[in-house]
Amino acid sequence: MSETATPWLLEVRHLRKSFPIRRGFNRKLVGTVRAVDDVSFTIREGETLGLVGESGCGKTTTARCILRAMTPTSGEILFRAADGRIVDLSPLSRAELRPLRPQIQMIFQDPFGSLNPRMTIFDNVGEPLLVNGLRDRRARLERVAALLELTGLRPEYLHRFPHAFSGGQRQRIGIARALATEPRLVVADEPVSALDVSVQAQVLNLLLELQTRLSLTFLFVAHDLSVVKHISDRVAVMYVGQIVELATTEDIFRHPRHPYTAALMRAVPAPDPHAPSGDAALAGEVANPANPPPGCYFHPRCPFTTEVCRTERPVLREIGAGHLVRCHRAEELALTGAR
Amino acid sequence: MTPPVLEVKDLRVHFLLDEGVVRAVDGVSFDVHPGHVVGIVGESGCGKTVTMKAVLQIVEPPGRVVGGQILFRKDSAPPVDLTRLSPRGAAMRAIRGAEIALIPQEPMAAFSPVHTVGDQIIEALRLHERQWRPTGPRLSRHEAREMTVDLFRSVGISMPDQRVDAYSWQLSGGLRQRAMIAMALSCKPRLLIADEPTTAIDVTTQAQILNLLRDLQRRHGTAIVFITHDLGVIAQMARYVVVMYLGRVMEQGSVADIFHAPKHPYTRALLKSIPGLHVTPRTLLPTIAGSIPHPLGRPRGCPFHPRCPDAIPGVCTERVPALRPVGPEQLASCFLYHQEEAAEG
Repeated sequence: MSETATPWLLEVRHLRKSFPIRRGFNRKLVGTVRAVDDVSFTIREGETLGLVGESGCGKTTTARCILRAMTPTSGEILFRAADGRIVDLSPLSRAELRPLRPQIQMIFQDPFGSLNPRMTIFDNVGEPLLVNGLRDRRARLERVAALLELTGLRPEYLHRFPHAFSGGQRQRIGIARALATEPRLVVADEPVSALDVSVQAQVLNLLLELQTRLSLTFLFVAHDLSVVKHISDRVAVMYVGQIVELATTEDIFRHPRHPYTAALMRAVPAPDPHAPSGDAALAGEVANPANPPPGCYFHPRCPFTTEVCRTERPVLREIGAGHLVRCHRAEELALTGAR
Repeated sequence: MTPPVLEVKDLRVHFLLDEGVVRAVDGVSFDVHPGHVVGIVGESGCGKTVTMKAVLQIVEPPGRVVGGQILFRKDSAPPVDLTRLSPRGAAMRAIRGAEIALIPQEPMAAFSPVHTVGDQIIEALRLHERQWRPTGPRLSRHEAREMTVDLFRSVGISMPDQRVDAYSWQLSGGLRQRAMIAMALSCKPRLLIADEPTTAIDVTTQAQILNLLRDLQRRHGTAIVFITHDLGVIAQMARYVVVMYLGRVMEQGSVADIFHAPKHPYTRALLKSIPGLHVTPRTLLPTIAGSIPHPLGRPRGCPFHPRCPDAIPGVCTERVPALRPVGPEQLASCFLYHQEEAAEG
């Protein structure tokens, strides 16, 4: 990885998560789905890393392992805690994780499912504070009111219930709750994909503002490339459980080195009627993570497949400064990126 | 110019609830010409889906078409006003699914899980046989099955003779949507309504489905109404665009006009708020102030005025602007372009 002045906040090393497939009366093990298959990356302090890929590529599983909502099968998740210690989150027990949980928070995709409809906004946003020992109701009220203001909501809304709010407002409430414990790392899983375009822009702006004000670090999981391009400093592209490319946003969008990244970019319809439409759509479908093809997982769909792609599994390697790619032919291919 | 296959005139669909009346569609007009793709864009709650449900006469109660006309034209015959037909009557059933077909948003929910996809298409083919083949002997099950296999092949489903016997839940999202397209095209409809056909699927699959629709459209010359909230998809698919907001048409025009010379403040704001188009990454995006009002809390006057940067006090807040020409092929409902109308007061 490239050296920089800012230290990393999170380093994921060889993360794997597989799920057993069980069939029949005896729940016999018939296979495993390798949802996350040797994923490594770092996130520097104050940076936003975008994690993109299509459904089933393992981006959400990766995020959940980092949050330790799931226990990884193997690998390390190194986190630089507020006191400067470096902790590997992957083997920790629930009790050991508890003091670290406030530092890593999550923003969810569905603003309608992520808030408790029976709790007021005060209780929804205040609960993480209560759990973390802020017992004094008045102090909590003040803090929640401040959080609502921070996320652009009126503090008078404190005692209303979630149903009274629109999707965009609910997402702001979800963001306020994530920020309640003053986290250092925020994992946002598709935070704007359920929102309308006009509201999506408001929430993206809010995330950018909050990042500057509170020096937050984001892991931003999304499938929408234009959103990821807008918010991320660096982007990691996943395909069938593996990172196939990782680089700075500018670099990856201008000069993608992996055929899948390039295909993904070309597949997004440009909001311009004069732009060429995606005639070179990728053939076939995403490989089955329970039974991936031999060699490169992408070779059955890749327009540049050669013999080596069919037999040998490529490794993630550095091709330029901080630009990682998992492709045998990365050097020889001249790929075009986004417009 | 050939007469439009579909003419929607001042359509109004209201939902009569205990809490009040939701005017989901409130005076919408547009035409669809044979062989054209008309895109309807708008954010949630703008009435785009309800408009198309009204065309198919499948608006669920308490919703009701309370005004306007939907004229559907078959070749040289005089147009039929679909709003006059009984939703359950034989005339409407002969049109729905045969003359006007729908590609729904969720192919998972649209197919029955207890019948094979092939059987569902065979049923449609045989049920509507007299619509797509006015003469000839009755279609046998065997022939219908052969036709379904051919349809599957034409929409790019591999191993079509095996896939006809599959259940919808055995197919991937992309295949399911292809099967849905095959079903929609089975009776050779005059008009195809695609309601967010690619929203639930991944980008690379979306690109395949859009290519397929474009190709089929070119080959058969079917008129398509394409409903979506994705401006990128609209730009690539549509020839003519209708922009809706809170049950009204804000602006309509050719795709080039809408994207390169938008007139209505809402269209302009909507285009600006897409990330990655005109903005530098990691800078603030231009936004539309406020949020979409609650359906029961509809603002007076122009529905967009509380969020509009150019609202004229005393005019936009009081009166509803009519859809009027702002260019050779472009219409907008905005007082900014109709000063005389604004002045009339």
